[in-house]
Amino acid sequence: MSLHTLSVAELSASLGRREFSSVELTQHFLDRISSSNPALNAYITITAERALADARAADQAIAAGTAGALTGIPVAQKDIFCTDGIRTTCGSRMLDNFISPYDATVVERLAAAGTVLLGKTNMDEFAMGSSNETSWYGPVRNPWDLAKVPGGSSGGSAAVVAARLAPVATGTDTGGSIRQPAALVGISGIKPTYGRVSRYGMIAFASSLDQAGIMAPSAEDCALFLQAIAGFDPRDSTSVDRPVPRYSAELNSPIKGLRIGILKEFFERGLDGPTGVLVNAVLDQYRALGAELVEVSCPNLPLSVPTYYVVAPAECSSNLSRFDGVRFGHRCENPRDLMDLYKRSRGEGFGSEVKRRIMTGAYVLSAGYYDAYYLKAQKVRSLITADFKAAFSQVDLLIGPTSPSPAFDLGAKVDDPITMYLNDIYTIGANLAGLPAMSIPCGFDGHLPVGVQLIGPHFGESRLLSAAHAYQSVTDFHRRIPAAYV
Amino acid sequence: MNEQSAHAGWEVVIGLEIHAQLATRSKIFSGSATAYGAAPNSQANLVDLGYPGVLPVLNREAVRMAVKFGLATGSKVARRSVFARKNYFYPDLPKGYQISQYELPIVATGTLDILLDDGSIKTIGITRAHLEEDAGKSTHEGLGAASGIDLNRAGTPLLEIVSEPDLRGAKEAVAYLKKIHTLVRYLEICDGNMQEGSFRCDANVSVRRVGAEKFGTRCEIKNVNSFRYVEKAINYEVARQIDVLEGGGTIVQETRLYDAAKDETRSMRSKEEANDYRYFPDPDLLPVELDESFIEAVRQTLPELPDEKADRFCADYGLSRYDALVLTASRDLADYYEAVVSGSGGASAAKLAANWVMGDFSGALNRDNADVATARVSSAALAGLLARIQDDTISGKIAKEVFEAMWAEGLSADAVIEAKGLKQITDTGAIEAAIDEVMAANPKQLEEYRSGKDRLFGFFVGQTMKATQGKANPAQLNDLLKRKLAP
Repeated sequence: MSLHTLSVAELSASLGRREFSSVELTQHFLDRISSSNPALNAYITITAERALADARAADQAIAAGTAGALTGIPVAQKDIFCTDGIRTTCGSRMLDNFISPYDATVVERLAAAGTVLLGKTNMDEFAMGSSNETSWYGPVRNPWDLAKVPGGSSGGSAAVVAARLAPVATGTDTGGSIRQPAALVGISGIKPTYGRVSRYGMIAFASSLDQAGIMAPSAEDCALFLQAIAGFDPRDSTSVDRPVPRYSAELNSPIKGLRIGILKEFFERGLDGPTGVLVNAVLDQYRALGAELVEVSCPNLPLSVPTYYVVAPAECSSNLSRFDGVRFGHRCENPRDLMDLYKRSRGEGFGSEVKRRIMTGAYVLSAGYYDAYYLKAQKVRSLITADFKAAFSQVDLLIGPTSPSPAFDLGAKVDDPITMYLNDIYTIGANLAGLPAMSIPCGFDGHLPVGVQLIGPHFGESRLLSAAHAYQSVTDFHRRIPAAYV
Repeated sequence: MNEQSAHAGWEVVIGLEIHAQLATRSKIFSGSATAYGAAPNSQANLVDLGYPGVLPVLNREAVRMAVKFGLATGSKVARRSVFARKNYFYPDLPKGYQISQYELPIVATGTLDILLDDGSIKTIGITRAHLEEDAGKSTHEGLGAASGIDLNRAGTPLLEIVSEPDLRGAKEAVAYLKKIHTLVRYLEICDGNMQEGSFRCDANVSVRRVGAEKFGTRCEIKNVNSFRYVEKAINYEVARQIDVLEGGGTIVQETRLYDAAKDETRSMRSKEEANDYRYFPDPDLLPVELDESFIEAVRQTLPELPDEKADRFCADYGLSRYDALVLTASRDLADYYEAVVSGSGGASAAKLAANWVMGDFSGALNRDNADVATARVSSAALAGLLARIQDDTISGKIAKEVFEAMWAEGLSADAVIEAKGLKQITDTGAIEAAIDEVMAANPKQLEEYRSGKDRLFGFFVGQTMKATQGKANPAQLNDLLKRKLAP
């Protein structure tokens, strides 16, 4: 039986019926990881022993009748989430030696739900990148074409799900880091509303934008796992104390009459290629499903990228100050004095993209430039948020492409940060406004998958998931697996 | 000497930044304890250590205390205030930034009245008071060439109270500092312990020619940890600046450190070397939004404030302004005083009680480095002693002896009087007998007195007191002596 082709709901039902044990299921994924990970480089750390121990505990819970919906289901954690007693690198040399002494809330909740931890997935260094090429551990490869990038920063999580080296993975999304890689590897990925999932224990890149989410083949799988991680956490002041809907139960909400906004700014430019064709086909599909499609405008949205590249670096320049070689992480050999310790530890520990953003961030916050950059960016951010708010007074959801193009060649954009940054042109807006957004596969450009993006109003995850599920009920792109991993 | 006349032609301008450590049980953004003196790093959790992924959560108690201060100083309590990050690298600053408040502090624009030496009242402006976290401490003792870092203090809540540059001399500055010190202890938001660093101050000092409109260039003197040192540090700095200016030099804006051992200030860093702190709102913390009901609830917890209490002491007990201020300088002392008054006959004993509390009692506290709460003589015991003075059981002089015995042995006044046989002699016959003995033993002095040497009266008082072991009622003794000695 191809255990790796089953959905989370199917796995859960089969485990419940004792068709196979969680240990068998876990071993199946561990075997797949052993054979495929060397080429994909998608896991930084494989926690085989921990996984089997988790699986044995899950099997006991199943036997004892105390199992929940996710008990015994293996999961991969992006290596940005702190895992107690397990190395947590954030894709950086800086944390190559860092064994976290505690669990992130997301990790804690998934453990409490009875899931099995397979390992920690590769990622762009400190989540800064759109191709997974900034990782200290080397780039992840796209399971659809090993010469292509899987997107980033959650490229490892995207690749392990696409290649079915895990049924589900966690991701984080600061400017598109769940949705863009999900699109580039042909899976579903949801970035919830800012504040829906606790950031506690998630190593911060840009605190006002970072949000944890789920990457899985289908919206249905995403709903099951989002249920487990969503909800208020008193340890994160920005998490929101608001009831969590029953996402799976609401998955089949009727789509008839749903008003979907076609974001004018997303369709105006650069969408005349195959991606545009595929995304337009999705609009037709939704019309056929009974949704009403109307054009809406967010006039300030084209300012997203420059706004983001002021706000995010500003926050990261401060967030990454704690990596100073004093208490944890990389420390240079034989520092001469304190300044030498700082300079060499940070100089050696951080890669060039991280350094570029720290320097940009320090610059935009510095005396004399703060008003012109940081403050102005915050004002534009408010305008973009207001645009979305106005749009959602007319429609229930917004739709647009996830990424301007399918997966590109490894190395193609590494020397051109601006071109690289433009990869996030469609995804950043949702982060700036704190909105939930999701990418689902909608077809292929040649042999490479393409994604379509749905954006919802604040706390509109349920609506996003049900709309995605409706589409996936009449399409099978989310079931496609690259030939080498079938 | 008047402070101004000491620096003829110059006006001194001082503003103080006071850091009051708020008396919360846990830290401002983490659940760690704030107790002083624990083993290094035993009170630092992952949040205090700035571990990857951890987040701050605001301690509401710190907010409540800041609001209390704001209300007590008639300041504007901000309905919305914002925490900001102050970015700089230092080993005792685990996150590489300090969480503070910058553009929108929780408390703004208040005032505080201080009493000047000449008896006049001066109103000092409070620019702002904001919440922030303290840094840790670097330690070098016993570590050879290495440095250690103790992060127990990291994350301790501080209220930074910034004054307007309204202070015109070291004495004024100290009066203001003491007033704030009194106030924060009244409000029970800070223990005021300067040795342990829970109350410390930086002074911004400049001088200008009398009549000049613009302020001179200021220097900031960092972390001076006693009232006496604040006065000395400011005086040194004022003299230094005047010297420089009168010598044709200019003052460089800089941070200076006071060295108490040498009684001088030394340059620490100049403005050019100063950090660009790159303040920006902390995205990990929501703005602090306070509603009226919260502020009103805090207002209900305000105690009688020092100025109100001093006014009441003047009115109700007929005390001088000075006595009232001394007695209200701490809430403990004021409470103690009021307990003594009520225990020893009410308002009629008020002046006597004031003298004793300010005199022998405070003297004993200082001598033994004790505080009111742990004093060896309770308010009830002192009231008992004053009752024995008032009913003529003992004289004021004997009472001092009784008080010392009470303090040393923890006994009541009556027990000491009984044990030592100190009860005053008010029996006329006994006093007369003693006088007769003294007169018989000193015929020469008696004759001289009677021939007009009046000042020998004191000699006879002393001798008779001696004969009664000091127990004769002084007033009675005087009367009887005068009559008996008369020729």
